[in-house]
Amino acid sequence: MDLMASLAIITPEIILTVTGLLLLLAAAWGGDRASRMISIAAAVSLGSAFAIVAPRVCAGAAGMDTMAFGDLFRADAFAGLAKLMIFAAAGATIVIAPRFFDRVANMRAEYPILVVFAALGMSIMVSATNLMTLYIGLELNSLAAYVLAAFLRDDERSSEAGLKYFVLGALASGILLFGMSLVYGFAGTTNFIGIAQAVKGDLSTGMLFGMIFMLAGLAFKISAAPFHMWTPDVYEGAPTPTTMFFASAPKVAAVALLARLMMEAFGTQIDAWRQVVIAAALLSIIIGALGAIGQSNVKRLLAFSSINNVGFILIGLAAATVAGISAMLVYLAIYVVMTVGSFVAVALMRDADGNPLEGISDLAGLSTTRPVLAAVMAMLMFSLAGIPPLFGFWGKFVVFQAVVEADMLALAAIGIAASVIGAFYYIKIVKVMYFDEPAGTVTGEGDTPHWALLGICAVIISPLGYILTPWLGNLADMAAASLMLPA
Amino acid sequence: MGGFPILSLMLAVPLVGAIACLFLDAKPARHVALAATLINLGLGIVLWMNFEIGGDQWQFQEYHELFAGFAYALGIDGIALMLIMLSVFLMPICIGASWDAIQKRVGEYMAAFLFMEVLMIGVFAAQDLFLFYIFFEAGLIPMYLIIGIWGGDNRIYASYKFFLYTLLGSVLMLIAMFWMVNQAGTTYIPDLMMTDFAAEAQTWLWLAFFASFAVKMPMWPVHTWLPDAHVQAPTAGSVILAGVLLKLGGYGFIRFSLPMFPDASAQFVWLIWGFSMVAVVVTSLIALVQHDMKKLIAYSSVAHMGIVTVGLFAFNVQGLEGAMMIMLGHGLVSGALFLCVGVIYDRLHTREIDRYGGLSINMPAYATLFLLFTMASVGLPGTSNFVGEFLALAGIYQINSWVAFVCTTGIILGAAYMLYLYRRVCFGEQKNADAAAMPDLSMREYLLLGPIAAAVLWMGVYPESFLAPMREDIAWLDQRLAEAEPESDAHLTMTDAPAQEEVRTMTGDEMMEASLDGPPPAPPEGEAQ
Repeated sequence: MDLMASLAIITPEIILTVTGLLLLLAAAWGGDRASRMISIAAAVSLGSAFAIVAPRVCAGAAGMDTMAFGDLFRADAFAGLAKLMIFAAAGATIVIAPRFFDRVANMRAEYPILVVFAALGMSIMVSATNLMTLYIGLELNSLAAYVLAAFLRDDERSSEAGLKYFVLGALASGILLFGMSLVYGFAGTTNFIGIAQAVKGDLSTGMLFGMIFMLAGLAFKISAAPFHMWTPDVYEGAPTPTTMFFASAPKVAAVALLARLMMEAFGTQIDAWRQVVIAAALLSIIIGALGAIGQSNVKRLLAFSSINNVGFILIGLAAATVAGISAMLVYLAIYVVMTVGSFVAVALMRDADGNPLEGISDLAGLSTTRPVLAAVMAMLMFSLAGIPPLFGFWGKFVVFQAVVEADMLALAAIGIAASVIGAFYYIKIVKVMYFDEPAGTVTGEGDTPHWALLGICAVIISPLGYILTPWLGNLADMAAASLMLPA
Repeated sequence: MGGFPILSLMLAVPLVGAIACLFLDAKPARHVALAATLINLGLGIVLWMNFEIGGDQWQFQEYHELFAGFAYALGIDGIALMLIMLSVFLMPICIGASWDAIQKRVGEYMAAFLFMEVLMIGVFAAQDLFLFYIFFEAGLIPMYLIIGIWGGDNRIYASYKFFLYTLLGSVLMLIAMFWMVNQAGTTYIPDLMMTDFAAEAQTWLWLAFFASFAVKMPMWPVHTWLPDAHVQAPTAGSVILAGVLLKLGGYGFIRFSLPMFPDASAQFVWLIWGFSMVAVVVTSLIALVQHDMKKLIAYSSVAHMGIVTVGLFAFNVQGLEGAMMIMLGHGLVSGALFLCVGVIYDRLHTREIDRYGGLSINMPAYATLFLLFTMASVGLPGTSNFVGEFLALAGIYQINSWVAFVCTTGIILGAAYMLYLYRRVCFGEQKNADAAAMPDLSMREYLLLGPIAAAVLWMGVYPESFLAPMREDIAWLDQRLAEAEPESDAHLTMTDAPAQEEVRTMTGDEMMEASLDGPPPAPPEGEAQ
C-alpha cells in the first residue's frame, strides 16, 4: 500500500487537520474578532469532509481498498456513516454556538477550532482498526472535549464540569489503556484482525481481563451505566452547545468504536462480551429512566435521557449480528437528530434579555406562550419515548426487531418494558408545557439558524421521517456489512 | 367500488381537517372539524352500502409495499366495518358535544379529535401487523393531550395513569409481533390469522397480546385507569374513550388472540372467565356506591366489558356475535350516557349525584332520553344491549353454566345501579334550586342524543342489519377455533351425545330469539348460517 493511496483515503481527516491548524493561526492573529470568520471556515471544512465521506458511504465502501497505512485506519462504509453523523452534529454545534456565547461572554475564536479537532479525533476513532489509532483518536477527541466543557471560565459550573470530565475521562483512558496493554500482551499485536486471530478458539484469562477493561473504559466514554456518574454533572455545567455536542457526536464515535472493536477484534468471542454489554444496556436503560424522574433541570434530564438511549443502542450491539449493528446505526442516526433537536430547543429557552433558562419549571405553559416551540419539543419528547408514529419509534423498532431475530427474547422483553419507565419523564415535560399554567419566563426570540436547525430536526422526527427509512436502512445495512467479521 | 381507495380517503379527510384545525381560530376550527367528521360519516355509509355481505372475506383492500417488509395494507371484514361505522358515527357527535363546552384552545382540541379518528379507523382497517401497532399506539398521544389539557381537576394524574398503563400493556405486544413475523415470514394479518404457531410459543404470544388488550379492554385487575381517565376527560373525550377506544381491546382479541393463538386461547380460558366474572360482579357493586355519575358509568363499562370477554371466549358463534353486539351497543349507550351526564354538567358544573334530583319535572325530554339509555344499559329487550347480552350469555351457557350464572347476576346488578342512578337524578324531590331551574335540552343536544337513540332502538329491534355483515367472519372464526381446539368440555354433561347435538343445531336460531322481542319483522335470514 503506497503512501499516496493512503493519503487519498484519509482526505477528510487531512482537511480537518489542515483547517484546524490554519484556523488556530488565524485565531492567534485575529483574536475573538475573527470568531465569525473562523466559525464559518470550520463549518465549511466539516461540510467538505462530509461531502467527501458521503459518496463512500452510499457506495458501501468495504474491503481492502478502504485500508490505509497498513490497516491502521479503515475508511469503510461503517466508519463513513458514523462520520457523517459526527460531522453533522459538530456542524450543528458550531451553528448554534455564537448566539449562546454572545449572551454570557464573547464568542471566542477557539470554540469552533476545538470542535473541529474533537470531530477529527472522533473521525479517527471510528476508522481505527488498531489499538494505537484508537487511542490517538480517543485522546484527541477527549482533550478537545475537556476544554469545551470548561469553556466558560468564569462560570463555576462550567469549570466544575470541565474538571470532572477531565478527571473521570483520564481515569477512563487509564482503564482503557490498561486493558489495551493486556490485550496486546496476550495477542502480541495491536491490530484488530491480529487480535481476532489470537482469540480464536480459547479466550485466555488475561485476554478476558484486557477485554473487560477496554469495555469499561469505553463504557465511560459512552456514559453507559454503571460508568455514567459524570454525565449529569457535565451535561448540566457545560455550555448548552457543548452539551449538545457531547450528547451526540462522541456517543456516535465511541459506540461505533466499541462496535468495531467487539465485532472485529472479539467477534469470535461474542459470548464473552455479550453478557457485559447486556448488563450495561439494561442498567443504562433503567438507571437512565429512574434517574431522570426527579430532575428539575432540562439539561440534567436530557443527560439521563442520553444514558437511557445508550442502553437501547447497546441492545442493538448485544444482538451481535449484522442486523443488530445495522439497527444500532439507525438508532444512532435518529438519536443524533433527536438530541440535536432537543438541545436546540433548550437553547431557544431564553428570558426576555436573552439569558438562557434551564429549569423544567420555566417550560410551564409554554404551549400557550410559544406554541411552535412547545409543539416541536412535545414531538421530540414523544419521539424520545418511542411512541409511534414519530420517528423515534423506528429506532426502537429496528433494534428490538434485531434482538428478537437473534432470539434474545428476555432481553427484548425487559428492555422494552423498562422503556415505559422512561416514557414517564418524557411525558412529564409535555405535561409541564401543555397542562400547567404559563410561567411566562420564556419570552426571548430565537434566530434563524436555531429555527432552521429545529425545523430540520422536527421534519425528520415527524412521521415524514419514515420516507427516509428505506434509504437509511440501506445505508446502515451496507455499513454493517462492511465490518470485517472474523469467520 | 372498483379499486377506489375509500379507506385511504377516510383516513385522509380527518387528517387534512386536523392539520387545518391546528392553524385555525375557534369558530372556523369547529366548523372544519364538524365538516370533516360528517364527510367521514358519509364515506362510512358509502362503505357500508358497498360492503358485499357474503362476498370476499376482506374487502376494499389496498396494498402498497413500503419498506423493511412493512406494507401499507388496508382492508376490512364485517367486524372491522361495524367498528369503523361506530367510530365515524360517534365522531360528529363528539364534535357537537364539545361545541360550547370547550372554550380554550379549540383548534388544538378539534385537531386532537380528528387525529383520534384517523388512528381509530386506521386500527380497524390495518392489515399489516406493524401498521396496526402504529395506529394502536399512536392513539396515546392525542388522548393524553385531550385528558390532560381539557380534563377536570385531577386530570394530570389521570393522564399519566392512562398513558403509562396502556403503553406498558402494548410494548410487550410489540416484542411478540416481532417474534411472530420472524416465524411466519409475513406481516400480513390475514395470512397470520391462518398461521399455526407452535403450541408452546402460542402461550407466550397470547400472554403478550393479552397484556395489551386486557389493559385497553379494560379487564378487571388492570381496569383502574379507566374510572380516572373517564372522570377527568371532557365529555367528548369520555364518549370516545367508552365508545371506541375500549373496543380496541375486544377487537384485538377477536382479530389476534383468538384466530392466531386458538390453542393458547383455550388454555387460558379460565383466566379470562375468572377475570370477567370478578369484573362483572365486583365492578357492578363498586358502581352501586359511586357518588360521581361519570365514575358510575365508567365502572359499568368495565362490567359490560366483562360480559364481552366471556362471550369472546365462549368459543361459539353466539358468544362471538354477542360480544360484538355488546361492543357496538355499549359504544352507543355508554357514549350516550356520558353525553347525558355532560348535558347536566354543562348546566350545573358538578357530577355529584346528590346535587340533582327530580329532573323529570323541569327537564322532561332529557329525562325521557336518559331513561331510554338507562334501560338500554340495563339490557331491556328492544334495545341494543339486550341482543348482545342475551347472545353472549347464551354462548357461554353452552360451555359453562356457572360462568353464565355469575355473569347473569351482572345484568341484575346493572339494573340495580342504573335504576338507582336514574331515580336519584330524575325522580324524587327537587333538592337543589339551581338544578330545578335548569332548562331542558337545546336543539344541539337533541341532535346529539337523537341519532344515538335511533341507533340503539334499531339495533335492538332489528339486529340483523348489524349481524349480517359480520356473520361470515364470525363463522370463519368459529371454524378456526373449532379446528384448533375441540370445545372445552367443562359444561355439565348430564345428557348424552345426541342431546348435545340438538343443542348445536338449535343455536343457529338464537338470532331469531333475540329479535322476537321486537315488533313483527322477524328476519327469516336467521337460518342462512
